[in-house]
Amino acid sequence: MDGNLNALTTIFTEFYYWVTVVFMFLIHVGFCMYEVGASRRRNHMHTLMKNVMIIPLVTITFFFFGWWIYWAFPSFPFFGGLNHEMANANLPWAETMGTNLSDHITGVFWAAFLLFSWTAASIVSGAVIERIRSSALWIHAVLIGSVFWIIDAAWGWHYAGWMVKYLGYHDAYASGVIHAIAGGYALGVIMVLGPRIGKFASDGTPRDIPPHNPWLLTIGIFLIYTGFWGFYAACNVPIIAPEVIGGEIVGTTWTATNIYLAPTTLSAITFNFLMSLSGGLMAAYVVSKGDAFWTFSGGLAGIITASAGNDLYHPIQAMLVGAVGVVIVYKLHYWVERRFKLDDAVGAVAVHGYSGVVGLIIAGFLLWGQPSSPFEGYATISPLGQTAGAVIMFFVLGFLPGWAVSKVQSAMGVLRIPEEVELQGLDYAEHHAYEDAKADIIAADKAYLAQK
Amino acid sequence: MSTNGLESWAVDLAEVGAVYPFQGWEVAMTILGVIFWIGWHRIQYVRENEHLEKAKHIGDREKVAASLERY
Repeated sequence: MDGNLNALTTIFTEFYYWVTVVFMFLIHVGFCMYEVGASRRRNHMHTLMKNVMIIPLVTITFFFFGWWIYWAFPSFPFFGGLNHEMANANLPWAETMGTNLSDHITGVFWAAFLLFSWTAASIVSGAVIERIRSSALWIHAVLIGSVFWIIDAAWGWHYAGWMVKYLGYHDAYASGVIHAIAGGYALGVIMVLGPRIGKFASDGTPRDIPPHNPWLLTIGIFLIYTGFWGFYAACNVPIIAPEVIGGEIVGTTWTATNIYLAPTTLSAITFNFLMSLSGGLMAAYVVSKGDAFWTFSGGLAGIITASAGNDLYHPIQAMLVGAVGVVIVYKLHYWVERRFKLDDAVGAVAVHGYSGVVGLIIAGFLLWGQPSSPFEGYATISPLGQTAGAVIMFFVLGFLPGWAVSKVQSAMGVLRIPEEVELQGLDYAEHHAYEDAKADIIAADKAYLAQK
Repeated sequence: MSTNGLESWAVDLAEVGAVYPFQGWEVAMTILGVIFWIGWHRIQYVRENEHLEKAKHIGDREKVAASLERY
């Protein structure tokens, strides 16, 4: 670091990302609470453990190879080879991937991306509760968290990604790169996994499986909202000089940028986060006729729909985009459920997947012709580029791998839990020691009381 | 042509102001936003009335007493 201003900027940036990481931890807390609240009592511990173990498994694999993929894959394999020049500093054995007094940024930047990885994996986890084997889900978690989403980030969420260069792909707060891919992946898994016992009547009519604890679920989704603030901030570069960007911007005015190094402000995304949340909540309340869980999830879907363009929208545009998106995804969720008999236990495919796709396409129209990047020669934002991007995110990198890996797991008999276990509940089957110990101590206490 | 007037970022940021799409349409967007807000109240009000009308006719004395016990 040469000079006090550069030193301060570096330390500020380091601290900025560190704070976003702490905030984003709340997303995972929220997902845990939401999933446990939505599951039935007999599946609590299994549901919780399934989601908690995503943390270490995705973390270590993201350290071993996920982070390297991000820097190696921006052009690979269609528009160039692996970028070893950028990627070598992010190999697990590189000096910058450890305690290093000359590098304050790699660790916090890695962690910010890692928390996105947890989110991608956790989105899939919600859709499959109460019938998937933990071993199967944890393979999917590693694949979506440390392979497929980070490939999509290299392609479409990197200043040098080929989708940005050639398609003008714009997805500032990850409508596609996190939500569409995770929703698509979840759809691929549940197509093979099948519905929970009792979800559909013999004539095919879907039954509601109500959450056992609405309050836990409510607090869970509010924690996800809270963590989402950190997610938004983490998607920005907090402060950078035009000469450091090295693109077309002239002058000496420092700025915050999105991940593509194109200017935006923290103020803009604060406006738009809140307005799209509000549009989503209001539309979801109306379309679901006041259903509490769809209303709360609609807030999230509103933000996700507007996220692709929330660095550039006007707040009223963000509100209306959020509202329109929610109506579409709500209708689509029930149509898919009835038509294909799919059991998405928490509405994850709709809230994340469909919202992400719809948000990308809407951004293509509203931001049509705007520059996708501060670098010369990049394609501008367009409906065609955004739609192609949505297909790549949802279908190519999301649905296809989720479906294919699940097919293999299903053929090997390692995807779904046995029917007997599903009926008696995963907690007894897998945590019988806990249940036995509980029964034992209750019996002992009762016996002691009887003697007195 | 671009929806916010910017064709590229080859600009001096000191001279750039608003960058949202459809500048000049702020009043129209506000009117649209207000229609959305008022429309929401209207829909909610009508539905709540219908719901309360239905609800007041479905409770017999036993059910009402059970609800009181539920607290």
